[in-house]
Amino acid sequence: MLEITNLSCVRGDKPLIEGLSFDVSEGQLLHITGRNGAGKTTLLRCLCGLSSPAAGQISWLGQNIDTNKDAYHAQMAYVGHLNGHQGELTAVENLDFARALGGAHTEITVTDTLKKLGLYNSRLLPTKFLSQGQQRRLALARLLVQERKLWIMDEPFVALDTESTTLLEGIVSDHIKNGGLAILTSHHALNLTQSRQLNIDRG
Amino acid sequence: MDKAEQKTGLFSVATALFVRDIRLAARRSTDVFNPLVFFVIVVSLFPLGVGPEPNQLQLMAPGVIWVAALLATMISLDRLFSHDFETGSLEQIVLAPQPLTLIIFAKIAAHWTLTGLPLVILMPLVAMQMNMTTDMIYISFLTLIIGTPILSLIGAIGAALTIGLRGGGVLVSLLVLPLYTPVLIFGAGAISASAQGFSPDAHLSLLGAFLALSLTFAPLAAAAAVRVSLD
Repeated sequence: MLEITNLSCVRGDKPLIEGLSFDVSEGQLLHITGRNGAGKTTLLRCLCGLSSPAAGQISWLGQNIDTNKDAYHAQMAYVGHLNGHQGELTAVENLDFARALGGAHTEITVTDTLKKLGLYNSRLLPTKFLSQGQQRRLALARLLVQERKLWIMDEPFVALDTESTTLLEGIVSDHIKNGGLAILTSHHALNLTQSRQLNIDRG
Repeated sequence: MDKAEQKTGLFSVATALFVRDIRLAARRSTDVFNPLVFFVIVVSLFPLGVGPEPNQLQLMAPGVIWVAALLATMISLDRLFSHDFETGSLEQIVLAPQPLTLIIFAKIAAHWTLTGLPLVILMPLVAMQMNMTTDMIYISFLTLIIGTPILSLIGAIGAALTIGLRGGGVLVSLLVLPLYTPVLIFGAGAISASAQGFSPDAHLSLLGAFLALSLTFAPLAAAAAVRVSLD
C-alpha cells in the first residue's frame, strides 16, 4: 500500500538517506533502526509529508502522496518526537480537538480511549501537570481516536514504563491484525512477531 | 464522504480550532493582556510627554492611536504560531486532512478576536485622553475595525515565515512593517481628514480594499509559509 522507491532525504546540506526503497502493505509493521543521526526522524517526516524528499517517490495506493495530500493525511496518523498537545488544555480537550481536526466521525469515544490508556483519572487536569510518560500515552491515545489506517510513530516507547510499553505493543499488534499498517523507529527490541526490520545505516 | 458532509466537516474543523485558540488564550491570559496594556500605556504617556495642550494633543491623536495599535498588534504576533510549534501541535495541524489555508484562517480570526477587537473596544477610553471629539472617535472606530483585521492577516505571514527562528520577533517587525505602513497612513489619514472637515470616505474605501486583498491572499501565503517553515 505504501511504496517507497529510490528515496533520498537531505537535512540541511547533509544527505542522510540515498536510494532507499521498500514497501509496507496491509497488516505489516516496519521497525526502522539505525544509529543516532542516521536520519530516522527525517525519513519519517518525509513519509508523512511534512518534509519533501530530495529525490524519489512515496506512493500510497499507487498514487504519489503529493498529488492528493489531504486524502493521504485522512488515512495517516503521526506521532512525532513532540507530543503535539497543549499543556494548558486537559486530556479530554486535547483529544476532542485531535478528533475534530481529523474531520471524519470516528467510532471510539474519548472516554474509552482514556480508560484504555489509564489516563481516565487525570482527564480533567491540564496536561502540563501530567508526567512525561502520561503525556506520551496521551499522544498515543490520539492514534486511537483518529482511527487511521497507517500509523507513523517516532520513538513511541520513549518515557514509557514497562507496563505501558506492553500496552502499546498490544495496541500496535491489534492494529496490525485488523489490517492496519505501522511504521516506527525505536531503540527497543520489539516483542512483536509481525515486525520487520529495516536498517538505514549507510556504509 | 459526500459534498454536504465534507462542507460541515470543513466548518467544524475551523470552529474547533477557533474555540481551542480562544480557550488557550483564556488560560494563558498574560499573552492577551500584554499588548492591550502596552496600547493603553503608550497612548497615556503622550499627554505627559508632550504637555497637556488640548489642541496639540487632538492634532496628534490619530497618529498616536494608530501607531500604538500597530505596535501592540506586532508584539502579539509572536504567540500566533510559537506555542503550537514548540509543542508539536503545529505538525498535527499541518497533517490534518483539511485545507491548511482554512485552518490558518481560523487561527488568524482567533488572533484578531483576542487582539484587534479588544483594541477597538479600548480605543474610546484612551481617545478621550487625547482630547478627541465624538466624531473623531467614531471615525477612529471605523478605521480600526477595518484596519486591525488587516494587521492580523498580514502579520500572520510574517509570523509564519519566522516560526522556530531565534530572535524571530525583530525579524517579524522588519518583514511586516513595510506592509503595515499603508494601513497606518490611510487609517490615521481618515481620522485627520474628518477632523479637518473633509470626508474620510476615500481613506476608508482604500482601507476596505486592503482588507479585501489581504483576506483573499494572506491566509494562502501564511499557509504556504507554515509549510516551508516546518519542512
